[in-house]
Amino acid sequence: MAAASAVVVLLVAGCGGGGPQSSGGQKLTGDRIVLGVLNDQSGAYSELSGKNSVKAVELAVADFKAKYGDRAVTRNISVETADHQNKPDVANSKAAEMYDRRGVDLILDVPTSSAALKVADVAKEKRKLYFNIGAATTDLTGKSCNRYTFHYAYDTYMLANGTGKSTTEQIGKNWYILYPNYAFGQDMEKSFSTAITQAGGAVVGRDGAPFPNTAGDYSTYLLKAPTLKPKPDVLGTMQAGAELVNVVKQYNEFKLRDKGIGLAVGLMFITDIHSLTPAALAGTTYTDAWYWNFDQRNREFADRFRAETGTRPSFAHAANYSAASQYLEAVQAAGTDDADTVVGGLEGKTVDDVFLRNGKIRAEDHRVVHDAYLAQVKPAAEVTEPWDYVKVLKTIPAAEAFRAPSPDCAL
Amino acid sequence: MTGFLQNTFNGLVSGAFYALLALGLAVIFGMLRVVNFAHGAFYMLGAFGAYVLLSEAGVPFWAALVVMPVALGLLGMALERAVIHRLTRLDPLYNFLLTFGLTLILQDLVKNRYGVQSSPYATPAELSGSLDLGLFDFPTYRVFILGFTVLLCVAVWWVLSRTRVGLVVRAATERPELTRAFGIDVGRWVTPVFGFGIGLAGLAGVLAAPMRAVNPLMGADLIIVVFAVVVIGGLGSIFGSVAAGFGIGLVQAWGEAYLSDFPIVSQTAVFVVMAVVLLWRPAGLFGREEAPA
Repeated sequence: MAAASAVVVLLVAGCGGGGPQSSGGQKLTGDRIVLGVLNDQSGAYSELSGKNSVKAVELAVADFKAKYGDRAVTRNISVETADHQNKPDVANSKAAEMYDRRGVDLILDVPTSSAALKVADVAKEKRKLYFNIGAATTDLTGKSCNRYTFHYAYDTYMLANGTGKSTTEQIGKNWYILYPNYAFGQDMEKSFSTAITQAGGAVVGRDGAPFPNTAGDYSTYLLKAPTLKPKPDVLGTMQAGAELVNVVKQYNEFKLRDKGIGLAVGLMFITDIHSLTPAALAGTTYTDAWYWNFDQRNREFADRFRAETGTRPSFAHAANYSAASQYLEAVQAAGTDDADTVVGGLEGKTVDDVFLRNGKIRAEDHRVVHDAYLAQVKPAAEVTEPWDYVKVLKTIPAAEAFRAPSPDCAL
Repeated sequence: MTGFLQNTFNGLVSGAFYALLALGLAVIFGMLRVVNFAHGAFYMLGAFGAYVLLSEAGVPFWAALVVMPVALGLLGMALERAVIHRLTRLDPLYNFLLTFGLTLILQDLVKNRYGVQSSPYATPAELSGSLDLGLFDFPTYRVFILGFTVLLCVAVWWVLSRTRVGLVVRAATERPELTRAFGIDVGRWVTPVFGFGIGLAGLAGVLAAPMRAVNPLMGADLIIVVFAVVVIGGLGSIFGSVAAGFGIGLVQAWGEAYLSDFPIVSQTAVFVVMAVVLLWRPAGLFGREEAPA
């Protein structure tokens, strides 16, 4: 296995290199716009982003062409894609290849925090735009922020602030936090603990489970939860993807809800609810960046998305659509794809589109702030159509949903 | 005390999966001298098969528990005849690579059809809820898994130690050349034993479906630990693989419960144990040194 990945890495690394292209002088580099979607196309995150993110970006391109027709800055807009396999080194070389050799003007998506941070460095070095959608780390707008990187959909602060605060206020004050013991999990645990304490709650226990959890067993922690003193009201799980599925299956097996311990999930996508079935998660609260059946406008987009892909969009899909659209609009307005000019046009801009409600592209740290939603999974009996699994309990206004610009970030 | 017993019980349940998988690997290695890397993929197929049977044909858990091991066992036999058999005379590395390749093919076929997202599989209604075990309540499904696995291991032990078939398999496992010299046709047992080992992996997969995430990579995550279990027990040792399976389950559960400040401990425990065992008894706890040919 290790040998096989080493070969892949070598092959991929061989494709990097080459200096940045100069883009001054002309209106559009090569008289065209190239959007690059760099994400996980075969692994754990390929369902919540993956190929359907590419579809979403293609949809945005089609809409842009239809809107501007002959007035468009160019009709020659293409979408390039690459699989970063959630590996930082692969992401690094693929990003360089996209900017240098495939003429990409903007890289989109990039889930997995470690990979996302690498791409931010590449964008800075090549002076090309990068809209991160899929990754959670606040470092993208903190110590690793730069002039060419924008963080679009969500981050760990937003998740912790939404779920941690409102669950503490509405469901219970005492928490037991279970997290996967690596960068993302530790970051989530810290963000949640802060949000819980600030809301007047307490973390009565916290455990870092091995990551990756090869045994797939969380029973030790689930048995421990009811024995803690004081007894926790909420189990907060920071696991993601298949590990989250394991935790929830076993949470149900040990009947913790019947023992008075509710469930709050740190990061959850609609695709996770689909695979666990709403019945297994009924009553669980989490923070969502966007929900397809929230209102008529979202629903119309979701219908078009389903016609293309056969499935409903996750928030990452909608955010990719929105990010590509906003970039194209900015190029249209500037009349050039010169990165510095486009950045100037984006900074401080207020936006309202299908994904961004009350959206604003902050000039201070390039955090894109927008309304977020506290969501709760419906009981199985209330699910009336496929994929309509949650109800939105409340809208968290854009101003409260995200953290204030961090002093660590100097653009 | 109750907590300790609960954790012990849980360790045994995790261990049951290791034991079932390791047992299959051990008999296959013993009989064929093949390190079957594809074992995890068959475990995954067992779980996926149960999911597909339930969601597309309405076949319940109980039927899947019989159908999937048999179907996978037959598939295993076909594979043994078609490809694995042809490489057994060569360096064992060839079959290792072959089964590794098979793993990738099987995983990607499933991935291609069902995606990487985990698929839902509910606990059968008869086994949901919990049982009062006197000292504490425990999920019925876990009690069932442990009881079922122990019964199965006892049954396998009985077949191996009390029947003529078992005698031949044991003899062929430990001294294949000598067994042949006694005029016993070892070859005719090779294919059924391979199928049996694969069937056990499929069975473990079906048992895992209600309590673990059913996705194409579920076997790949587990198989590395199972290999370590087999090495600890002694390659080819049938009793050793089962004992080491339950033992490692316990070590992991206790490690997680009592050393929770050091998650790295339970994560690496199995490999530390493996290293220590290899230094102390290179053939594994219950393995026997290979007689020089």
